This record gives sequence, structure tokens and C-alpha cells, in this order.
Amino acid sequence: MSDNTLNNLPGGYKGMAHDMGSDQTAFKGVQWGKFMMWIFLLSDTFIFSCFLISYMKGRSSTVVDWPNTSEVFSLHVGSVPVPLLLIAIMTFVLITSSGTMALAVKFGYEKNRKMCAWLVLATAIGGLTFVGMQMFEWSKLIHEGVRPWSNPFGAKQFGSFFFMITGFHGVHVSIGVIFLFIFARKTFRGDFDTGKRGFFTSQKSDYVAIEILGLYWHFVDLVWVFIFAFFYLW
Amino acid sequence: MSDEYNQNNTPLEAQSSETMSGSSSSKTDIDYVRPAELSEQDLYHGKSFITKWIFCQDAKVIGVQYFLTAVFTGIVGLVLSWLMRLQLGFPELVPFITAEHYYQFVTMHGMIMVVYFLTALFLGGFGNYLIPLMVGSRDMIFPYVNMVSYWMFFIAVCVLMASFFVPGGPTGAGWTLYPPQAILPGSPGSGMGIILMLTSLSLFVIGFTMGGLNYLVTILQARTRGMTLMRMPLTIWGIFTATALAMLAFPALLVSCIMMTLDKVLETSFFMPAIIQAGEVLDYGGGSPVLFQHLFWFFGHPEVYIVALPAFGIVSDLISVHARKNIFGYRMMVWAIVGIGGLSFFVWAHHMYVSGMNPWFGFFFATTTLIIAVPTALKVYNWIITLFRANIRMNTVMLFCLGFIVTFVNGGITGIFLGNVAVDIPLSDTYFVIAHFHMVMGIAPLMVIMGAVYHWFPLVTGRMLSEKLGKWHFWITFLGAYSIYFPMHYLGFIGVPRRYFEMYDSPYMASAVGMNEFITVAALIVGAAQFIFIYNIITSLRIGKPAGKNPWKANSLEWLTSEVPPVHGNFGEKLPVVHRWPYDFNVPGSKEDYIPQTTPPSEVIGAEVEKT
Repeated sequence: MSDNTLNNLPGGYKGMAHDMGSDQTAFKGVQWGKFMMWIFLLSDTFIFSCFLISYMKGRSSTVVDWPNTSEVFSLHVGSVPVPLLLIAIMTFVLITSSGTMALAVKFGYEKNRKMCAWLVLATAIGGLTFVGMQMFEWSKLIHEGVRPWSNPFGAKQFGSFFFMITGFHGVHVSIGVIFLFIFARKTFRGDFDTGKRGFFTSQKSDYVAIEILGLYWHFVDLVWVFIFAFFYLW
Repeated sequence: MSDEYNQNNTPLEAQSSETMSGSSSSKTDIDYVRPAELSEQDLYHGKSFITKWIFCQDAKVIGVQYFLTAVFTGIVGLVLSWLMRLQLGFPELVPFITAEHYYQFVTMHGMIMVVYFLTALFLGGFGNYLIPLMVGSRDMIFPYVNMVSYWMFFIAVCVLMASFFVPGGPTGAGWTLYPPQAILPGSPGSGMGIILMLTSLSLFVIGFTMGGLNYLVTILQARTRGMTLMRMPLTIWGIFTATALAMLAFPALLVSCIMMTLDKVLETSFFMPAIIQAGEVLDYGGGSPVLFQHLFWFFGHPEVYIVALPAFGIVSDLISVHARKNIFGYRMMVWAIVGIGGLSFFVWAHHMYVSGMNPWFGFFFATTTLIIAVPTALKVYNWIITLFRANIRMNTVMLFCLGFIVTFVNGGITGIFLGNVAVDIPLSDTYFVIAHFHMVMGIAPLMVIMGAVYHWFPLVTGRMLSEKLGKWHFWITFLGAYSIYFPMHYLGFIGVPRRYFEMYDSPYMASAVGMNEFITVAALIVGAAQFIFIYNIITSLRIGKPAGKNPWKANSLEWLTSEVPPVHGNFGEKLPVVHRWPYDFNVPGSKEDYIPQTTPPSEVIGAEVEKT
């Protein structure tokens, strides 16, 4: 993108009308990949909304009582049950990884290769920790007899919705983690500085890719906040 | 070393500096167009046969791949409809059509035609081919993702076709796949059939999302210089809005597919209430079948417009070109497309008046449904006013456009019947519904597809299709389609239910027998007529009249490429610069009866062109 054409554009609402009425691009200076990720995330929002609305419908119309979430999700410290302990740690880890991701984007645009790479790696490890803790929680619930098709604590839909929605979110996190590791390697190797061409796409690498991955990662975190609220606090 | 580097880069440098200085030199120049803000797109040029024609990253080749795959599934759907009609018209004539098979044919015909044929054809086929050409870009913005999109679609089609060959055959639950019956042993194909169907749909959604992202971003962010949103051909507006709908509606389908797969495979009870089957209490309980209907139709209704909006857009362009007149009320047409798109998310439950939902819901959805009639009627009026006192060329393309208007109005009017709860309840699940939606989203979009093929075939292949065969094809298809669906309205009024394998000896349907036979004969003829079309395409590839450049004297950019048919990269060395909308036909004061989009104002000074 040449910068001189993008200077002196009107700002505010006038700017929006101007950009929409102009040629070439409707969102001035926004890279294709970034825009594409935004639209994908909008679409993904609809997927999670459908899941969560189905969950609300299922929970509110079930004939058997819903299990008491503060008991089901509690951890025993010594012999004292602490409700939501694990989830609090999981949420903390995931939100922290969002912070490291945001810093990685900043250092990426500053072309600080080393810092960027370490922060991407830290984000990846945070994500991996989250997935690990989620596996722990799953195995704890499975150990206690909760299954997708049955549940000793009450409505069987509890198990179905819990495993499906946290599982679907977990797949998102895992995909994110895989890409974070790949990107950490790419950053360490300096692909984004040299503009090395992608193995599959044969497109030039650029630090904007870090921001695009960051958008995805923040989205996954945000979705977790909703899942947290709807499953654990309701 | 450095010399070589410079040498390789000289043409590129020269080009970009020339565009920059050429445009910024004089601001008062009437030919002024904003300077380029995008750098040249970095394209991967395939070298081997595989990267050029199979795993190809050129949107035009991907478009043709989508088109051919979709047509292949469409032919499967056509054959299935023949089998259904044979059973309905002449029961027990074909011994292998049992009740189970009949339901499987119904289901597969519906799903194939709506999703794998029409959606893939309009968005995957026409979308891929036309979007980069019409907005003036070299390719889709992410050609690699676009290529993967096609191959996902291809796998989805393979999985769908595989379901014909698994034990128990394909699912026979009706194209809406309503639970609980879709996954219970009572319906045919409730084993592997339904699982493969749900898998295939999920793959389709994933593949389509990849393509859809490309279409949206290419249209919004990769237009050529001078191409504002309000100078885009309506084809692009239709495809754009339909893609936006798809990106927001397909998630509901994906979610319902995942949940039903879990209901089937893991015996969860998302959609499954407590059920007793053959005296045995099943493990299911506590789920909501109506939830599935809501999810399905939240996808299903926008899906209707995903098919219809590209058809609206394309037909507007075809009418304008072949009536040699600008489209009446271009901006109105754009806002009608966008408005229909927006409204389509608030009407889904009109498919569920008899599902047992709250009656007030029905009232709300009837209101929103009838509101959609306003922008749609607006479009119909605009097409007709465009034709009014126009210089109409009565060729095959125009015939198909006229056929579209007639069938669309017909189907739209019956839509108003069905949109009202009180009228819908007696008519629901009768042949009236079949007649309605086949008219409005079967035949009408098909008319557009056929018109579009006759229109753009010269661009894709460089040869014209035979007009003589085309007219035969049109008249048989048009009159035949009317013979099929018009009597069905009457069948619906006398109460013939849809999805019934056979009417047996019900005395009050005696009058339906002859009509059913007539419809079946018409259906066989119309289906066979499509092979005229295929024959026309195949022979014209070799012996068709060479088309040359811009045979229809159209204005839009796809006809203004450096080579015909366009090659990879579309526009030769420099991208075109756009100065006007694509509808400057028969402008008073201009020498020719058309002014292409790239003609600068200084070349047509006397002409009273629209200000766009």
C-alpha cells in the first residue's frame, strides 16, 4: 500500500461516508488478511451464539433439574471444596495469554524480532496450559460419571452441552496453539523480516500475520468469557 | 548482479510511477481518478498441468471447476426427480422404487438442488468467475484459500455421493432432516446415510466459508481504480449480499449438523424428546425437536435468498445489456438487494407455522415475511420498467430473462398466500407449497443460470452457443416447467399432501390421477430438454461461432480484458480504470449505443451520461 494516497482522508462520520463512496477499498489501509479474519470471526461469533442459545434453550426447558454448578465444578483443597477454583485459574491463564499476544503484536510492528517471538511462544504455552487444565477438568468430570449421554447429578443435557461447547472452544484454542507454535518458529527464524514465501500459499510473510493471529486469539479468549459466564456462573 | 536486479524490476517500477504521476498531475482534469492505493497483487502462476488445471489458484478456473461439479450434482438431482415423478404419475411402473427409496430420492433431490447445485453454482461458479473480472482485480485476494475452498466442496460432494452406496442408502428424512425421525431406525438411511449427509454439509460449510471470505474481501477491498461500490454491476451486489448472508446463516446449519451428529453417534439428547420405539423406551429424553427447526430455518430461509439474490443481480445485468437500456433505479435495486438480505434473517419461522410454536410468533413472522414483498416487488417493477420502450434483442438470453420474471412473479404471489398463517395452515404440506418454492427458487433461478450461461459462454470459451438450439431449449423448458408446476397449485388446493409415496385409493383424489400423469410426462420432457443444453455446450466448444471481443457490446469490465477468454491475471499489464457505471446504453449524444466503463469522460463529451 502506498502511503501518500491514504494521507489527508477525512475523519469521523464524514470519513466513513467518504470511504464507503470511494473506489478501490471500503476500509482504507486495512490489510486483506486482517479484514478477512474479522469477517471470519463474525461468522464464528454466529456459530458460538447458536451453540450458547441452544444451551440456554436446552437448560431452560429440561424436565430434570440442572446440576448445581458450584458443586460440580468445585475442587477439593485438602478436604474443603472450593467452587470454581480450577476455572478461575484457567480463565486467568487464558486472559494473561491475551496480554502477551497483544505485546507480541506491538513488538512485531516495532520489528523487534526476538521479543515478538518470545511473547508468541509465551502465548502458545499459556494456551497449552489452558488446554491441559481443560483436559484435567474433563477427566475429573468423566471420572465422576458425567458423560455426553448421561449425568449422575441431574439433567443429561448438562453433560452433552458442556462437552460439546467446551470441546468446540477447546478445538479453537488447540488450533490457535498450533499456529502460535508455528508462528513462534517463523518469527525466530526471521521469516517476517525477510519476507520469506509461505510453504503452501507462496505469499510473502509479514508481521501483520502476527496481528491476524492475535485477533483470532483474543476472539477465542472473549468466547471463553461468555462460556465461563454461561456455564459456571449461571 | 545488481544490473540484473535492476533489469528485472524496470517494467514494474515504470508502471507504478507512471500511474502515480499520470493521475496526480492535474486535479481539475475531468478524467481524474484517485491514484492507486493498492500495490500489484502477488500471484502464483501455475506451471505444471496440476497447478494450472487441478489445484489451480486462478479464480476463473476454480469458477469453472465449481460450475462443472455443481452441474454434475444437479444432473443427479434431476434424475432423482424423474424417479420421483415416475412413481407419482405411474405408481408401481418401476418396481425398484419402494417407499423407502422414494423418500431417499425426495431428500437427496432437495438437498442436492438447494445446497450443492444452486448455492455452489451461483456463488462458487459465477462468483469466482465474475467477481475479480467485474470489479477489476487480478484474482481473488487469497487464491490459495480459494483453491482449498473448491476442494473442500469437492470432498463434500464425494461424501454426499458416497451415501448412495452405504448400507441402508442415503438419508430419507426429507431435505429438512427434522429430528427425531431423521436419526431413528423408522426412516430410511438413518444409519450411515444421515451421518454422511451431516458430515457432507459440515464440509460444505467449511469450504464455503473459505470461498465466501474471499468473495467479500475481494469486493470490498480489491476493486480497481474508479470502481466505487455504486459503480459495481448488480451481479456483484447480488453475489456480495448473498455471500454475506451465507457467512451468517451457514453457522446455524453447522451447529445443527454437529448437534444432530452427536445425537446420532453419542446418543446425546439435544433434539430428542423421550421416545418409545416399538414398545421399548429409548435412552433419549428432554431434548427439543423444535430447537432444530429454529436452527435449521435460521439457515434455511437466508439460504433461499442466497440462491435468489445472485439471480436478481445477474438478471438485472442481462436485461440491461440485452434491452440496450440502463437498469431502471440502480440505487433502488442495490438497496432492495441489501434490504431483502437484511430482512431474510427475521422471517425464518414462517416455515414453522404448524410446528406448534407460540401463535404470536406466527403473527410476527407473517408480518416480516409480507414486508419482504415490498423490496421484491420493487425489483420486479424496475425490471419491467427497464424493458419498457427498450431496444430489446429477442435472443435466448433475453428469453430466459423474461421467463425468469414471469416465473418469479408467479412464485412470489403464491408466497404471499403461504406467508399468512391462516392461509398457510390448510395449504402447508400440500403440493401448493411444492409449486410455490419450485417456481420461486427452482425454476426462476434456473432461468437466470441458463440465461447467464448463454450470456457468458462466449467470454469463458471464446465461442457463441447455438441460438437455434438455445431457443428450443428455452421454449421446452419454460412451457414444460409451467406444465409441471402450474397444475400442482390445483393439486395443493384439493389437498394432495406432499412427500406421500402413493395416493392409493383415496376417492377424493381421483381427479389428481390424470394430472399427476400429465405432470410426470412434462417433467420427463423438461429434464430431457436439458440435454439439448448440454449438447449445445459441448458442440459449441468446438464448432461454435467465434465470439471475438465483447460480442454483446456490454459495458462491464469482464468483456474488456486484454485477451478473450481472459488469462490468469485477467487484465494484461495494467488494470483498467473505471469512469462510470456499467449501464450507459443508448446514451443521448454518444456515437455508439454503449459506453464501456473504462471510457473516460473526455472521449464522450457530448453524451448525456448518468452521473455515477
